[in-house]
Amino acid sequence: MATVAVMEVKGVGPLTTIQDRGRFGFGRYGVAPSGALDSVAMRIANLLVDNPEEEAVLEITLPGFSASVLADAVIAVTGADLGWRQNDRPIRMWQSHRFHKGDMIAFRELNSGCRAYLSVGGGWELPEIMGSKSTNLSSGFGGLGGRSLQKGDVLWTASPQLFWGAGGRKFDLNAVPAYRGCWQLRVVLGPQDDHFDADAQDLFLNSDYRVSTHSDRTGIRLLGAKISAKEGMAESILSEGVVAGTVQIPGDGQPIILLGETVSGGYRKIATVITADLHLLGQVLPDDHIRFQAVTMREARQALWRLEEMIGRFRDSLS
Amino acid sequence: MEFEQPKFRAMGDRALLVELGGDINREVNRRVRMLYYSLIDCKLGGVVELIPSYAALLIVFDPLKISLAGLKAGILRLMETADPSRIPEPRTVRIPVVYGGDFGPDLLWLAEFHRMTPDDVIRYHSETTYHVYMIGFTPGFPYMGEVPVEITTPRRDTPRTRVPQGSVGIAQRQTGIYPVASPGGWQIIGRTPVRLFDPAAWPPTPLEIGDAVNFYPIEMETYEHWQP
Repeated sequence: MATVAVMEVKGVGPLTTIQDRGRFGFGRYGVAPSGALDSVAMRIANLLVDNPEEEAVLEITLPGFSASVLADAVIAVTGADLGWRQNDRPIRMWQSHRFHKGDMIAFRELNSGCRAYLSVGGGWELPEIMGSKSTNLSSGFGGLGGRSLQKGDVLWTASPQLFWGAGGRKFDLNAVPAYRGCWQLRVVLGPQDDHFDADAQDLFLNSDYRVSTHSDRTGIRLLGAKISAKEGMAESILSEGVVAGTVQIPGDGQPIILLGETVSGGYRKIATVITADLHLLGQVLPDDHIRFQAVTMREARQALWRLEEMIGRFRDSLS
Repeated sequence: MEFEQPKFRAMGDRALLVELGGDINREVNRRVRMLYYSLIDCKLGGVVELIPSYAALLIVFDPLKISLAGLKAGILRLMETADPSRIPEPRTVRIPVVYGGDFGPDLLWLAEFHRMTPDDVIRYHSETTYHVYMIGFTPGFPYMGEVPVEITTPRRDTPRTRVPQGSVGIAQRQTGIYPVASPGGWQIIGRTPVRLFDPAAWPPTPLEIGDAVNFYPIEMETYEHWQP
C-alpha cells in the first residue's frame, strides 16, 4: 500500500476541517465528540467512494475552498450545495467522480445548506487520536495538527488507485434532504422540561426562531420568544453531561442548540433534538428559521429506523 | 454502598441522565462514581459514552442497540448488585503551584478582599484536601471542592478572554485548573507546571472523578525546571 499526496489546498473558505464519525468514550475526561455535524452526508460521501462509512472527510463550511489534485483519485461531495466545480465546470453532487492529476476542485457559491462533505477513495491518511481523526478546534488536536485547513496544506491518502472502480456512483437525489432554510426539528422534551411551566413549553413549541449569526460548530444560537424557567428558579443548575442536540435555555431566555463540541454545562435544557434530525443541524445557516415539534420516544426511534433503513438500502445497492 | 432511588431524565432518544442527588455533596458524588465504574465494569451493550458529574451520570447510548426501558432496568439491577470491591480506589494527587505574581494575578486582590495576607490565602488554599467532583467543561478541567470558607470568592465581574494553560483558580467554593488556554472568569491565584490534558497520553488527564488533590507551593525556579 502506497501513501500518496492527493490534494493541495489552494484556497480556504471560512472554515474547512477534517471530521469523521466523532470521538466517543472520552466525555469522562471532558473530551467532546467533535465529528461531522451532518453525519448522514458524511456517511453517504464515504459510501460513494467505497470507504468505510465512518472514514474522515473534509467538512467545508460555506464556499471558498479550492484545491489542486496531485494524484488520480475518486472524489465525492455531499451536503450543502456550495457550487462544486471540476476545472471550472459544475459537476453533480452526491456522486463520485474520477479526478486526474492536475485537476482543480473549487466551491464557488452558496446555493443551499451550510456544510459540504468531500470524501476521497482511500480516506485521509492522518493519525487517530483517541480513536478518531476529527479535529477538536478548541483544544487544538486531531485532524491536521488540531487546526482548520490552510492554503498550502497537502493531504495524503492510502492507495487511491484501488478505489478507481467506485467512480461514477450516484446517490438518488430524491433521497437528499431539502435544505430550505425553514427547519422543522423534532425534539423529545427534557431533560429539564419540568423546570418550565406549560405556558413556557407551549411558547417554545409554537414559536418561530431565527438563527443568530453567532452560531458555529459549538452551537446554534436562536433569536425569538424568550423562554423563562418557573418562578424562583436559579439561573443555572449543577453542571452535568450533555449531548449534541440539547436545547439549553440560558438566563436571557434565548435557546441555544448544542452541537458536538460540548460535554457538560450548567444551563437547563428544555428539549433535545432527536437523533434522526441531528444531521440537519449541520446545514442550518444564520437567518434561517427553526420551529420545534415535540415527538414521543417511540416516534423518535421509528424516525431513526427509517433513516438508517434509507442509508442501509443505499449501502446494499452498492454491492 | 447503597443507592437511593435514582431520578431518571431522558435527554432526547439517545441519552439518559441518572440523578443521584441535587447538590454539591461528596457522598452523592461518590455514588455517581460508584455507578460510573460499575457500568464500565459490566460493559452493558449499546452504551456509547459515560459522563459523570456532580450529582448525575449521563449515559449516552445507541438507541438501535438498547431501548431506554432496557437501559433503566439494567441500571436499577446494577445498583442492587454492584460490587464495591471492584471499584478502583481514589488516588491522592499532589499538584505543585507557583502562587501570585504574573502567574496569579488575582492573589493580591483576593487577600485584600478577605483582609488577610497573600501568604494566608496560599496557606488556606494549599492546606486543604480537595475532592475532584467532575472533569469538564474543557478536556481535563477538574472541578474540585471545597475551598475553605475563609477564601471563598465569587467569580470575576468581567471574565478574562484568555486564561493561560495551567492557571489555578477559585470560583465560590470550587477550585479548578485550566488545562489549555481558554476564556474564563475564575479568580486566578497561581499556575501549575503539571500538564492536565495531553491528547497523546493514556489516560489523557491525570485526574479523575473521586481523586483527592493537594496543592503545594513551589518557587519559580522549580516551575521552570519541572519534569513530569
